[in-house]
Amino acid sequence: MKIVKGLYYSKDHEWIKIEGNRGYIGITDYAQEAMGDIVFVELPDVDESFAAEDNFAVVESVKAAADIYLPIGATIVEVNNKLEDEPELLNKAPFDAYIAIIEDFETDELETLMDADAYEAYCNSLE
Amino acid sequence: MGKRTCLYDMHIQYNAKIVDFAGFDMPIQYEGIMDEHAATRNAIGLFDVSHMGKFELKGEEAKSCINYLVTNDLTALVDGQAMYAPMCYEDGGTVDDILVYQHAPNNLLLVVNAGNKDKDYKWIESHLLPGVDLKDITNELCQLAVQGPKSVALILSLTNISLGTLKYYHFLDQVVLADVPMLISRTGYTGEDGFELYFDKKDAQKIWTLLLEEGSSYGIKPCGLGARDTLRFEAGMPLYGNELSETINPLEAGLGYFVKLDGEDFIGKSSLLEYKVQPKRKLVGFELMDKGIARHGAQVLNPDEERIGAVTTGYISPTLGKSIGLALIPYAYDKDNILVQVRKNRLEAKIINKKFLKQ
Repeated sequence: MKIVKGLYYSKDHEWIKIEGNRGYIGITDYAQEAMGDIVFVELPDVDESFAAEDNFAVVESVKAAADIYLPIGATIVEVNNKLEDEPELLNKAPFDAYIAIIEDFETDELETLMDADAYEAYCNSLE
Repeated sequence: MGKRTCLYDMHIQYNAKIVDFAGFDMPIQYEGIMDEHAATRNAIGLFDVSHMGKFELKGEEAKSCINYLVTNDLTALVDGQAMYAPMCYEDGGTVDDILVYQHAPNNLLLVVNAGNKDKDYKWIESHLLPGVDLKDITNELCQLAVQGPKSVALILSLTNISLGTLKYYHFLDQVVLADVPMLISRTGYTGEDGFELYFDKKDAQKIWTLLLEEGSSYGIKPCGLGARDTLRFEAGMPLYGNELSETINPLEAGLGYFVKLDGEDFIGKSSLLEYKVQPKRKLVGFELMDKGIARHGAQVLNPDEERIGAVTTGYISPTLGKSIGLALIPYAYDKDNILVQVRKNRLEAKIINKKFLKQ
């Protein structure tokens, strides 16, 4: 299982990468492995705002649909349109294939999330 | 922990993801549903289906006994032949859909859905004719499905059978494969040519390993229940619990070919005769025009947004790459488009032939 240092992680297996005032959000390697072949992604609308733990996207594998939650309150400023035609990118490169870019979040809220080491321990505890 | 088949340790060894299915810990997939699906369409898929219920029905009147319980007419069935047949309640609702193998008219093998096994056993037991014995032999046997266009070459290379003696829906008993005697039938649930193998469970790991080794040059892959479902769905085959149920009769499910209303009497016949005169629902295929996946249970609406039915199965077809599904809707519905409610969206779909692979 791959885990990338320097990202923030949620218990629902989303990651957030901060660059300046923006955050990239995606799903982790653990999540894509658990879901299996991903065949469809329902992306949020740009400019849509969400509270922390709101369902903002849906990722569907062959067998099932999984709600994806925004770990912190934020506004969607961009979505990864490539996922509409190539949802399998979430399987192939989960830490490159972000789902959306967010802004307008409180930096304090990030501190409620896990760092890479804590997330790895958390995943191991689920085995 | 659920029940385990004789191949559970193999599933773990081959890195299966295990899920609960009808009380069994079963592999949903090994490497991935898409690859397993493709292997079965293009080469060979190997499935452990030992969880399927298996009953022996023996006695002078065994064939008459089961013929009265199923909607298909077994009269013409000969020794060494198998037949698919829905089994119904008096009201036409479906108890289960089963396979009947005839060793002899007084010696039959019934293969039933794992999730219905106990219910089926009680149902058949309560309708036994004098001198007919029913025995559950599920736990004595390993059952494998070897499916796909190259499965013929593999099985011929490992046995001395000839296809001339093993036509579609026929079987041979006491075939020897790697010193193991087995029943081999030309049957399956994938829409591909293929076989099902029944043999003593003590040889399960040996046969499983041998098939994967000998099949590797053909591109064989172990396949889980995930691919089994996408394969049968693309081939337009029903799954009990989706397209058939206690409240969905076989005529509604489009299985009229297996309901012989002009043959022998059977339980449910009068209800199905009535139903045929005034059908209420039909199973249709559809393709989504909007992006999304319409899954089992999704509501179906007409263009005026009135609810008219529900999706029974839906997937993005691994073979076709299209988002397709089956839906149960009013028989009288004559438009060529429907709407499907997926979460907060109402997606456009057009009705298409439900033999998805044949268009």
